[in-house]
Amino acid sequence: MTEVRVTVDGVNYADDVEPRMLLAQYLRETLGKTGTLIGCDTSNCGACTVSLNGQSVKSCSVLAVQADGAEVTTIEGLARDGTLHPVQEAFRECHGLQCGYCTPGMIMAAVDLLGDNPDPTEQEVREGIEGNLCRCTGYQNIVRAVQSAAKTMKPGAAQPTEQAAPVAGGGN
Amino acid sequence: MIPAKFDYVRPSSVEEAVSALQQAGEDAKILAGGQSLLPVLRLRMAAPSTVIDLGGIPELKRIGEDDQYVMVGAMATHHEVMRNDLIKQHVELISQATETVADPQVRHRGTLGGALAHADPAGDLGAAALALDAEFVILGSGGTRLVPAAEFFQDYFTTAIGEGEILTMIRFPKYTGWKTHYEKFNRVAQAWSMVAVAVALKVDGGSISEARIGLTNMGNVPIRATGVERALVGQAAGPDVAKAAAEHATEGTSAPSDADAAADYREHLAKVLTGRAVLAAAG
Repeated sequence: MTEVRVTVDGVNYADDVEPRMLLAQYLRETLGKTGTLIGCDTSNCGACTVSLNGQSVKSCSVLAVQADGAEVTTIEGLARDGTLHPVQEAFRECHGLQCGYCTPGMIMAAVDLLGDNPDPTEQEVREGIEGNLCRCTGYQNIVRAVQSAAKTMKPGAAQPTEQAAPVAGGGN
Repeated sequence: MIPAKFDYVRPSSVEEAVSALQQAGEDAKILAGGQSLLPVLRLRMAAPSTVIDLGGIPELKRIGEDDQYVMVGAMATHHEVMRNDLIKQHVELISQATETVADPQVRHRGTLGGALAHADPAGDLGAAALALDAEFVILGSGGTRLVPAAEFFQDYFTTAIGEGEILTMIRFPKYTGWKTHYEKFNRVAQAWSMVAVAVALKVDGGSISEARIGLTNMGNVPIRATGVERALVGQAAGPDVAKAAAEHATEGTSAPSDADAAADYREHLAKVLTGRAVLAAAG
């Protein structure tokens, strides 16, 4: 067993884990963060996407021990005090989901994209979420949702700006 | 989707990594970014006794330069490589090929050194490294040795990195001002290359004075398209010249046939993509 110390959605954890434990498993099974889904065995689908030190990663392709000392944000850490993150709100508003299985990963990929490129073109949105598969093939509304979120998150937009942080740190 | 058990070592220096590798013996595996290794471990296509994680060695992430070379630490991520100004300025072909690798999540974790050491024939960076005559800095217990790209790729998933050795750095001669392009053909957005072509051209006074061209997935290793290079030198890059030169693209290749494409289709693609890449590079 190897000790891993990690901050997840603003809370510090220290656990002894087997080195072979995937970050996705650690989040779901040890911490109970089942908002992060596992959709494939091949690293293709992106359902398990989380933010690791501010960058999107597929948590099935990272060992929990590799996250030692890191800050992780999952889909469960995006909303603040019961208020959805603007990207979550935009997915709801634009009907950016059908079955919903890809949604946590899509949203985490979109949050990463908008942190990097606050005003993406449609093509840039499509490239930004190329690591995430929607088996319902509902990409049309997913792309719309990301573009709508980009508008909301722009400084000076009508929505309250304190929600506009690209990656919420959780906690407080 | 759970890997078999292994011991985990996270050395904090390259010397420690080499000694850990030698202690662990032949069943040890090096973990760089893990974007190829973790899927293989999950599917239990590999079950190493020890995994040696290079993620705790800051010096392996450094990107720097001297007069002649841009030096890239083996653990620099694809994300870092494609946004690095030195690489953009002096070896833009590497930035361009790196941008096409997988997807953003994979590029955040995957590394230049890991991808090159993995040596997947469908990987995008080998052809670019070969075309640019990159040199591979390999560290073992006896010290460091320098291997040219032409000798680095030996076979399908096999490189010149020996047992007990670690790839620490890749250095690229500077190609400042060269015109470059990486043309990739794949099935879906994040898929591996069916075929791809890496092109670097030195253009003087409207005509090509030097051409460097690498092919991805046209054999067990990246291949230099020397016939195309020869046909381009001394010519002004235009549609007819590009098309005629591209006819040489299959010389010396041995394209695989697999679920993605038959060999003859790959040969067709190599010619078409070479023509496109030359034109795009010449701009």
